[in-house]
Amino acid sequence: MSCADPSRRQILAGGGLLVTFTFAARALGQLAGGGEGGGGSKVKRPDLLGSLKSTPRLDAWIHIAPDGRVTVFSGKVELGQGIRTALLQVAAEELDLPPARITFFTADTDRTPDEGLTAGSHSMQDGGSALANAGANVRMLLIRAAAAQWRLPREKLATDGHGNVVGPGGLNAGYGSLAATLSLRVEARPDALRRDPASYRTLGRNLPRVDIPDKLTGGQSYVQDMRTPGMLHARVIRGPSYGTRLVRPKLAEAGRMPGVVAIVQDGNFAAVVAEREWQAIQAMRVAQASDYVRTIPGLPVEDGPHRLQKLEKREIQVLDTHDPAPGAIHRSQGSYSRPWYSHASIGPSCAVALFRDGTLTIWSHSQGVFDMHRATAELVRLPPEKVRVIHTPGSGCYGQNGADDVTAEAGLLAMALPGRPVRLQWMREQEFGWEPCGCAMVTKVDAAVGADRKISYWNYEVWSNSHNMRPVEAGGYAVAQELLPGFAKQTPKPISMPEGDGDRNANPLYVFRNMNVRYHFIPEMPMRVSALRSLGAHLNIFTLESTLDDLARGIGEDPLAFRLAHMEDVRAREVMIRAAHEFGWANRPRGDGRRGCGMAFGRYKNIGAYCAIAMEIEVERETGVITVHRVHAAVDAGQPATPDGIRNQVEGGIIQSLSWAMFESVTYDDSKRTSFDWGSYPISRFSDIPGEIAVHIMQRSGTPFLGAGETSQGPASAALANAIADATGVRLRDMPLTPDKLKAAIGLAG
Amino acid sequence: MTITINVNGSGHQVEASPETPLLYVLREDLRLNGPKYGCGLGQCGACTVQIDGKAAFSCVTPIAAIAGRSVVTVEGLAPKGEMNMLQQAFLTEQAAQCGYCIAGMIMRAQALLDEIPQPDEKTIRRHMQPNLCRCGTHMRILRAIRRAAAPNASHLA
Repeated sequence: MSCADPSRRQILAGGGLLVTFTFAARALGQLAGGGEGGGGSKVKRPDLLGSLKSTPRLDAWIHIAPDGRVTVFSGKVELGQGIRTALLQVAAEELDLPPARITFFTADTDRTPDEGLTAGSHSMQDGGSALANAGANVRMLLIRAAAAQWRLPREKLATDGHGNVVGPGGLNAGYGSLAATLSLRVEARPDALRRDPASYRTLGRNLPRVDIPDKLTGGQSYVQDMRTPGMLHARVIRGPSYGTRLVRPKLAEAGRMPGVVAIVQDGNFAAVVAEREWQAIQAMRVAQASDYVRTIPGLPVEDGPHRLQKLEKREIQVLDTHDPAPGAIHRSQGSYSRPWYSHASIGPSCAVALFRDGTLTIWSHSQGVFDMHRATAELVRLPPEKVRVIHTPGSGCYGQNGADDVTAEAGLLAMALPGRPVRLQWMREQEFGWEPCGCAMVTKVDAAVGADRKISYWNYEVWSNSHNMRPVEAGGYAVAQELLPGFAKQTPKPISMPEGDGDRNANPLYVFRNMNVRYHFIPEMPMRVSALRSLGAHLNIFTLESTLDDLARGIGEDPLAFRLAHMEDVRAREVMIRAAHEFGWANRPRGDGRRGCGMAFGRYKNIGAYCAIAMEIEVERETGVITVHRVHAAVDAGQPATPDGIRNQVEGGIIQSLSWAMFESVTYDDSKRTSFDWGSYPISRFSDIPGEIAVHIMQRSGTPFLGAGETSQGPASAALANAIADATGVRLRDMPLTPDKLKAAIGLAG
Repeated sequence: MTITINVNGSGHQVEASPETPLLYVLREDLRLNGPKYGCGLGQCGACTVQIDGKAAFSCVTPIAAIAGRSVVTVEGLAPKGEMNMLQQAFLTEQAAQCGYCIAGMIMRAQALLDEIPQPDEKTIRRHMQPNLCRCGTHMRILRAIRRAAAPNASHLA
């Protein structure tokens, strides 16, 4: 390996191997929480829709060059959910242009609107609504400009779908020439006329996703694929999981390995930087050959999720209603739980960073590049305007995996090696060991049906940590407590309703009498946790829908009819009826000890997309192994941008939710997580996938967008539990619903 | 050491220590994006390539074992800017979400179709078992493989 590299000479000069740099801790007040808990930007125009509220000026969203080239900017990011294509369709529709005519830029802290996090199924509701209305405003201005030019009333003019305003007698003017006569440096108006859904050219059609061709042919699609001149490869040197530190990492030995350019160390944070990736990995392994110690309290081996119930809690009363009701004829009581889950991204998190000329640029697959921009600036002690974060897609994250941490760590390394781009990727075991897990949760329900066969009371409790530990300040990063001096940990906060976090969907959309719903918010975290797709909605819907099923079964009522009897929301009723119809619910095979069918419903957050799922399964009684034969889902997401995009998300959500429900659980001993690979954290493989999944999209042309990316997480797990109950007569309440648990339960029941 | 390897039909001389996994040579020396680092343990299949026509984990295949053998990555299935029938089927079915696993899925599936042009559902699922997808794109991946395997695949599109 050549030693000619100047940065290497500098760093290794004088026989000193370790580059040490320190950053003083600096306090920064917690930024105001947005819907999903990110920093969010300030509302300036509450009268506007979606993200236009905080970024009302049209030129922040849309540019039209004199030659007619159109550029659209969005602060939302492609996570594999297809949002890039969906948002492009929205902009194309309202500008009345073919999508291919638009150059589309997504989240870059230097040039796009700050739309906060891309999370919580908010992208269509916030980003889609903003682009739709910004597009409608721009189209209105273009038509007005043409009307003035031609001295005609606006009503006589139209757009032709190809970037022209047209009028009577063959009048025709291109957007470029019209745009040259007006300024988009104006704020949006709330009343710009949207295009008529009856004449939509793009919205609601299945536009093929723009990012897929590169992904099928080996194009540069991901931050993991970035290669820039002079780029170095880094690996962090760490103990086996969060809350540990290596006693004596062999840094000097690692520093002598071939290709190693620097060992960067600050406090307990250490990383190796090498010319080539495999060299960095080998040096990391040498450095990590050390004992470790635990630096925070041990993991809850004895209690599992129930540890939460022993910790100090803050009470949040979600619902407290009082109604007259007849006496109970049937009661369902139980405690439900889910374990800590891993996001289990296929590609470990990665970021590339470059510090040059006083500016730090980071290419990151974080869901919150605007938060990264502020929090990383604080961490590396640069003014925020000297830090730029550019979103670059990565492997799917499904919430806060290692993406945010690796962004900050790549930033730290780039600061230590000015002028050289540094690519840092976590190893598989580091992703499993250090990422924030999805929260374990416990619920407890006591509900009863009265003589009128309706629910007479509903007592519900949920215990959960914060699902929202996304860094909005330096202290939110794992590395922040490794540095010396470090940063105090970010304070855990619940997300308030109607979004909620641990209590998300703990408020039933159904009409029940005498509801008492309490959220026991637990600030202390037995395991490092943060957002995982659907947050608390997963267990809350699982509990609610399991209990409804249990009550219906108890009084001999059909589960669909029982749900409908408690539901007044017309759209909710319609998705349930549609799913049941498509599934063939009325003629379904009845539970016979092996086969069984179950259904479940949820409207995500009670404000997002509606989803109903019906499922047929088979249980092998001898082994407890479950086969899912077929699944039908009906989804109402309002006006769909790309119906096939919603189908893709819901199919994926069902498979992921079934994997959570059947197989997954982060394992640990007292001192560390013991899930570190795909053997110790199994997820669904092809043999476990349902025989058939059909997703039916409700036609809701012209209605507001309703985020659909997470809507199937709760109903899919619940439908499975209900199908198991139908098939076997046993009610499993603690996920994962493993063959061992099922076999034992069947044995007990029999 | 200097090793000559044959990748996507052409020979390349690379400088690497013999235990270097093929994955890193493909990504760094040959600047190929298709094979991905997922686990480094042969458990997830994101790194899947074909070696002498068989699907293999490039993350656990030392470069020294590659001399004289032929390696194909997703970039080698069709001329640049084009797609072969299987890639085209993935496109038609929109069989990707984040897509990080997809190049590996295609390489494993192609190895099956090369051997058994019209596999049944059970055979496809069994063959694809080593490759993981976290987004839950499985139904579409299966549809894409069936589409490419159908005798009139071009008429289905």
